[in-house]
Formats: sequence, C-alpha cells, structure tokens
Amino acid sequence: MIKISEVYKTYNEGQVSEVKALNGINLNIAEGDYTVIVGSNGSGKSTLLNIIAGSVLPTSGTIMLDNENITKLPDHQRSKWLARVFQNPLSGTASGLSIIDNFRLAAIRTQPKGLKIGISDHFAQQVKDKIATLGLGLEDKINQQMGTLSGGQRQALTLLMSVMDSCKVILLDEPTAALDPRSANIVMQTADKIVKEFNLTAILITHNLKDAYTYGNRLIQMGEGQLMRDLNTAEKEKLQQNQLFEWFS
Amino acid sequence: MDFYLTALLQGLCLSAIALGVYLSMKIFNIPDITTDGSYTLGGVVTATMLTHQQSLWLTIPAVLVIGGIAGAVTGLIHTKLKINALLAGILVMTALYSVNLKILGRSNVPLLNTASIFNWLNITADPNQNSLVILLIVVILLVAVIGYLLKTDFGIAMRATGDSEQMIRAMGVNTDRMKITGLALANGLTALSGFMMTQFQGFADINMGIGIVITGLGSVIIAETLINWLRITSVVWSLILVVGGAIVFQMVLAVTLSIGVDANLLKLVTAVFVLLIVSLPRLSFRRQHD
Repeated sequence: MIKISEVYKTYNEGQVSEVKALNGINLNIAEGDYTVIVGSNGSGKSTLLNIIAGSVLPTSGTIMLDNENITKLPDHQRSKWLARVFQNPLSGTASGLSIIDNFRLAAIRTQPKGLKIGISDHFAQQVKDKIATLGLGLEDKINQQMGTLSGGQRQALTLLMSVMDSCKVILLDEPTAALDPRSANIVMQTADKIVKEFNLTAILITHNLKDAYTYGNRLIQMGEGQLMRDLNTAEKEKLQQNQLFEWFS
Repeated sequence: MDFYLTALLQGLCLSAIALGVYLSMKIFNIPDITTDGSYTLGGVVTATMLTHQQSLWLTIPAVLVIGGIAGAVTGLIHTKLKINALLAGILVMTALYSVNLKILGRSNVPLLNTASIFNWLNITADPNQNSLVILLIVVILLVAVIGYLLKTDFGIAMRATGDSEQMIRAMGVNTDRMKITGLALANGLTALSGFMMTQFQGFADINMGIGIVITGLGSVIIAETLINWLRITSVVWSLILVVGGAIVFQMVLAVTLSIGVDANLLKLVTAVFVLLIVSLPRLSFRRQHD
C-alpha cells in the first residue's frame, strides 16, 4: 500500500541549525495494516508521518502509494487517499464553522468543491446518524460551532469525518496527546472501530505505550531518524507490556 | 434631512467595499490593503469607459474583472512569493497609483452627460430617492449572491481556509489558489464601490481611494461588534450587518461634519472613530474581569 524507499530528510541543510530528521528510511506498509510507531522526541516519527501526508517533502528518496509515485505531490492532492488526525484537536477541524459545515467538507474531501449548496436535510440526517454512533450526545448540536466543543469531542468527530468520503489510509499523529484519559480512551476506541469497519490502512504515532501495546498489528520503534525495531503481527502478539516499557529505559 | 440621505447613499455605495473587506479580513483572515488602489481603479475604469461612450453593462463586468485582477496580483505575491500580505497589498496599491493615473490620463475626470447607473430606472422624480432605490437593489443583489456563495461547498471551503489552513489542506483544498480567488473577489467588490461612487459624485479622482480601506475596516468592525453582541451565526445576517456598518460609518461622519468639525480633519476623525470602535469593547471587557 505504502512503500517508502531510501527517504532522507534534512532540515536547514548546511546551516548551524541543521537537523537530520530521517536517515534512509525503508518501509513497506501492507494494505489493512494498523502500524503503531513509537519513539522518543526527535526520533523522526512526526517527520515520517508528514512526509507520507505530503506536508513535508523529503530531501531524497521515493514514496509510493498504491503503486503510484507521490513523492512530489503536495498534501492537498494526496487527500484523495489519505485522511489525517492531528495532535492538536484544533488542526483537524475548523473552529469557526458549524459541525455540519465541517462534515460537509469531509464528505467531499476527494471531490472538487463546487458552487452548489451541498447541505440538505438528507445530508444533515446522515451526519446525525453518524455522530450518534459516537454516543457523545453531539447529534443534536450539528449547527453548533466546532469551537464550542472540547478537544476530545473534536478529535472523535475528526475521526468520523475521515471516513465520510472514500479513504484508504488514515494517519493518526498522537491524536490523544492533548486529551484527558477518558476522552483519550474514547478516541482510541473510535479509531480502532473505524479502522476495522472501513478496512483502512492506519499509521498511529503515540507516546502512550499502553496504546501501542493494545492497538495495531505491527509495532515500529524509531530513533535518530531510523527504524530501530519492527515487529510484525506474530512478534507483536508475543511482546509483553513490560518488555515494551524496557525499550525506553 | 437631505444631508443624512446623502450619507445613507454614500454608505450604500461603500457597502461593496465593506463586503470586500469582510471577505478578505474576516473570512480569509488576510489584512488586505490593496483596497485603496483597487477602489480608485474601479472609479478610474468607470470614468474612462463612460466618457468613451461605453455601455453601462460592459463597464460593470470590466470593473469587476479589473478589480479582481488587482486582488489576484496581491494574492499571487502573498502566496507564491511568500511575502507578508500587508506588504503585498502595499506594493500593489502603490503600483496601482501609476496605473490609475495612466488610465485616467489626468488627475480628475468629471462625468458630464454620460450614462449612469442612477439613470437606469426612473421610479420617483426625486433623484436622491431614485438613487436610493437603485442602490438598495444593487446591495440586496450583492448580499444575496455573496450569501449564496458562502453557503455553497466552495464557500464552506473559503471559510475554512481562513479558519484552519492545516485542516482544509487535508480536505484536499489548494489554499494558495483559494486565497488568490478570495482576494480577487474582495477587490472586485472594492472596485464595484469605486464604480458606484464615481457615478454618485459625478467624477473620478486619482486620490479618491486614499484611506478608503479604513472605511471598509471601520464598517466591518462595527458589524463584528454587533455580530458578537447579538451572537449571530447566520452568514446572510452577518453580511447585512456589514452593510449596516458601512451606513452607520457614513452617518457618524455626516454628524461630525454637521456639528461643525473642520472638513480637513475628516480623516483624523475617521481614524479616531475606528480606534474607538476597536478599543471600546476591549476596555469594557477588561474591567469585567479585573
């Protein structure tokens, strides 16, 4: 599904502040895989995700998605395959717009945004039904501004929004980092449900080792811009939680 | 009474600017001051075309397109060359001064016996009331069209661009192109104000646009205060309040003049008035929470 070959990324090349964020990454992610990436700060996880999403372009190397070379494609053109959930709940949704406006944009993520009014009663009902599956009681507030909701509610809605239109890959960049434990749990479970229900290829970055243990069928540890450990499904199943904690001690 | 009617008519003439500034500043979150140049550009193109016996119905699209081009240039400089929006606006505004002078040929051109939108309909004998009806039709049309646009899928994407750029890019929108379109639209509207005003006052002047961006800003800020105060979320109502803001603004200036303030001080009064509307809500807000 995603094939990353020999990807290097250097920020501020040739300057004192030069940072080698990625040092020759080779990574193959199969369709339907739920890959969890862990690693300390500065290990290159976020850069890797941004390179897949297209908001950062690699210094060298290639990225293939579905046998198509997307290395040079800007982020807004990759959105026909990719949906994203950001670390900051504010980044995934537009605060000043109502919930239904946000969902309308999500519903036409892969299509051109034309000069017709797309929000109909039928669409509103569809959105309500979707939101009701979260069980957060937000289905009656679809005309409320997104900015009035809590971070957890917004992350959960962002997850739902990502499957409003056709989607193959979902990138989860520390989606629960800014949330309280209860909201974080809801978001992680919603993500898991969506990934399974829509058979998505998912990549999750997390600092929460318990989540890394619980979710996904492949586990990667990054360090200094390289892959340090790469556990497949069988290896991940054998992994004990305390072993995982030892990786970081 | 006629005095205030004139202020009302001026307010309506300038409401297109207010709508334009509302688009650039509030919807796209870009401080655009190309306005001063594109307003004059609209007036200059109008005067030149009308004095060359061009039809009104050709002049209107020409004004919209040329104003749009001015805005698109600012947008291109801002997005493609990554230059601060304020600076991009100042550059285009400065360049437009020469362009305007070249189009107009001299610094002032009166419109004598030329076609005018204010002669388009003759509903009442009183020319001022007649102008009022025509201006109301134009403004209602503008509010309806912009109101519709902002509700479409494209319009939602426009609003999201100014709100969360990261989000809207992830939704597959090219934000650069969106901003260029938005600035083109805003300056097209601004030029339309120049079109209305030139015919209303009967001449085009190379300096007619100096400080006009403040008028637009002031109108939008008056409207915004009301929008927040009345907790309005409806797009169309926000637009109506922006038009209201433009009228209130001209009314305040009319009152200032009628109580005998020196006309030379008008720009100073305008600036102080805008400062007051911006700062008053903040001052009272502070006191509540101290």
